[in-house]
Amino acid sequence: MNRTSTQEQIRIGVYVCKCGLNIAATVDCEAVAAYAEGLDGVVVSRSSAYLCSEPGQQLIKNDIAEKGVNRVVIGSCTPRLHEPTFRKCLADAGLNPYLLDMANLREQCSWVHADDPSAATAKARDLIRAGVARARLLQQRSETTVPVKNKALVIGGGVAGIQAALDLADSGCKVVLVEKQPSIGGIMARLDKTFPTLDCSI
Amino acid sequence: MSDAGRHPNIELLTLSEVKEVTGYVGNFHVRVLKRSRYVRASECTSCGDCVAVCPVVVPDEFNMGLSSRRAIYSPFPQAIPSAYVVDIESCLGHNPIICGKCREKCEKNCIDFNLSDEILEFDVGTIIVATGMEVYDPTELDEYSYTKFPNVLTSMELERLINAGGPTEGRVERLTDHRVPDSVAFIQCVGSRSFKTGHRYCSNICCMNTIKSTIMLKEHYPEMEVKVFYIDIRAFGKGFEDLFQRSKQLGVRFIRGLPGSVKEDSASGDLILTVENTATNLLEKHRCGMLVLATGVHAPEDMHVLQEMMALQKTADGFYLEAHPKLQPVDSATRGIFFCGCAEGPKDVKESVTQASAAAARAMRLMTPGELTVDSITAEINPEACTACGICARVCPYNAIQFDKRSGQPAKVTTAACAGCGTCSAECPAGAIEMHHFTDAQLTAQIDAILSEDVMNRIVVFACNWCSYAGADFAGVSRLQYPPNARLIRTMCSGRVREDFVWHAFAKGAPVVLVSGCHIGDCHYIDANHWTEKRLQRMWKKMETLGLRKERLQLEWVSAAEATRWRDVMEDMEQLRKTVTPKEVAETQKALAGQHKKTGKRSAKKKDTQAPAQPA
Repeated sequence: MNRTSTQEQIRIGVYVCKCGLNIAATVDCEAVAAYAEGLDGVVVSRSSAYLCSEPGQQLIKNDIAEKGVNRVVIGSCTPRLHEPTFRKCLADAGLNPYLLDMANLREQCSWVHADDPSAATAKARDLIRAGVARARLLQQRSETTVPVKNKALVIGGGVAGIQAALDLADSGCKVVLVEKQPSIGGIMARLDKTFPTLDCSI
Repeated sequence: MSDAGRHPNIELLTLSEVKEVTGYVGNFHVRVLKRSRYVRASECTSCGDCVAVCPVVVPDEFNMGLSSRRAIYSPFPQAIPSAYVVDIESCLGHNPIICGKCREKCEKNCIDFNLSDEILEFDVGTIIVATGMEVYDPTELDEYSYTKFPNVLTSMELERLINAGGPTEGRVERLTDHRVPDSVAFIQCVGSRSFKTGHRYCSNICCMNTIKSTIMLKEHYPEMEVKVFYIDIRAFGKGFEDLFQRSKQLGVRFIRGLPGSVKEDSASGDLILTVENTATNLLEKHRCGMLVLATGVHAPEDMHVLQEMMALQKTADGFYLEAHPKLQPVDSATRGIFFCGCAEGPKDVKESVTQASAAAARAMRLMTPGELTVDSITAEINPEACTACGICARVCPYNAIQFDKRSGQPAKVTTAACAGCGTCSAECPAGAIEMHHFTDAQLTAQIDAILSEDVMNRIVVFACNWCSYAGADFAGVSRLQYPPNARLIRTMCSGRVREDFVWHAFAKGAPVVLVSGCHIGDCHYIDANHWTEKRLQRMWKKMETLGLRKERLQLEWVSAAEATRWRDVMEDMEQLRKTVTPKEVAETQKALAGQHKKTGKRSAKKKDTQAPAQPA
């Protein structure tokens, strides 16, 4: 069930992750969270030691349940790492997982501006502000499913390709194993004995 | 190996190459070229009668050229499939048949010169790339005189000599006099860990491979003197240190220092090495009957073919780049494609097997449920705003937009085929295409937020999710430091960056703007970044017309592996930003406003009211 509708008032929760000291050693996370409180549409803003942890995610879930948060902005590591984690967190709390924006405060801020904490903190504020601006306009999306063929292509018939093909085939999957040479075996087939056990490699 | 050849679920295509991969996770369409064997594999009994009559003799590549084979041959005794094969390049001629002796001799009649290459097409859900590595050729590194002295071998050549199935049936003999040498020396790190020739990285397997060979030599020839010249021995894996100790206990000498020169005693064929022993700081001379170069490994030359076909990425070392070095070590950035073995980096048999099982499990994880969820980041056309110009259908890399010019009907997106690059939305002159989850309004709001404070110190950066944004992440993971003024806006593809976004940023006072994406040929949306490039060229022209300095809009291709390049680009952008004065920004805003006024009438009609400045 989704809690939001287009008519509903925007209620944004901002969560600034310290990532232990990965972010907090450079960025003043408390100050960034305090700054975000004043942004248009923000109803709650917090910082936490590890947002991806169970207690961290629980903070977000509680705010969704208790404070009616219906857009979430997370300042943390790259979305390429934990976007699926937090989308799932939103979904668990009954919020559409697409009502999430992530500001990259670690890979693209604290880690690359470690020698300039005040500039990094200013950048973190900007990134959160941009995240909040986008979050105001986020819309619900529903994921679609596509069928998946239970057949795999393995390119290369050396020891790795052979092992992968056998594991897949033993699991009931159809496999096409493509090898450029006239025989499979690859480099491994040329070796008499292999370390550390000094036994035959074929 | 033989299990793979007879498993009912495995279709084995040898002499084959993948020529084309299209589609997406769960539904890849593959085209494979299967070269003809000229022998019907199912009928061949490997009797070898054909070989006996073949008049063509060529070096046997399987034995590193240490023996010869015929034009019709079996690559090695345990080959799978076990059928013979005609090396058509060496064969005297099959069309017309010049010799044909093998065909006459074959009692099974399974040699058929009319067999031809085939193109096979099929669909798969997942792809595992296990294309392996190649062994370094030490010819370029001639201080070790590999090409000059016959008793200088590579580790792979020694492998074949010591192999019971090899050209000497396991007898380690010298090429000069066919005698077993009384002493053998190994030189480590040939082609590895070098800043001059070969490769900078550690090839990972050579230390242990040499230690293995020393033990085998000592087991075969206990009296043989065996020495290893090394920089340091990397015996890091399970059981490795034990093996190293065993080698030392067998009397193998490990000498720290790589020889500076190799000379031959022409009378005996022995080799004389001059080396600085860095443990004693003494210059030493060592004589050996055979010298083995422990050659490293490198990525195959043709890695780029599959790389371009499947939008994969490579590290600076030339091997394929995994989606995440620790958390997704066998995933590629393209969903549904996995790596294992040396395609991802140099590794030994155990590690290759481990990765292969991991890749198989990752693939099964996608395939077993029978369906998978995909992001609903797709385009949608507002039929009322659509002017039926057809540009969107032309630029869509996936042919996911239906449009018939004659009907005059609005274009329509086939959602299932839409991959979500956003190029259609960026190119639509009527602003009639909404790119869900990366809407014009959302992106414009981000630009506004970034430029609402301290605008002269801001660098607006658009970065595509797969390459540039990932490259920026990699710079972070690598802890590279760069100036803190850039503010990134993530889009799925650089093709999404609409002209309006850039004009809007300049109108808001941005000193400089960077659009960044995957290298041409590496785009995760087939070739959507071609449109990015064309669009930027159009924009630079407009900037010139408006009297704006076109350098202020930069386009850079940065891959996920190019962390240092990302840092360099950031530093360059910062230098560029410093050249822009408040006066120049004010003039830009004036020029854009003037342009806006001129085209205002047309813009006002547009549905997209987010972009105030719109130079025609």
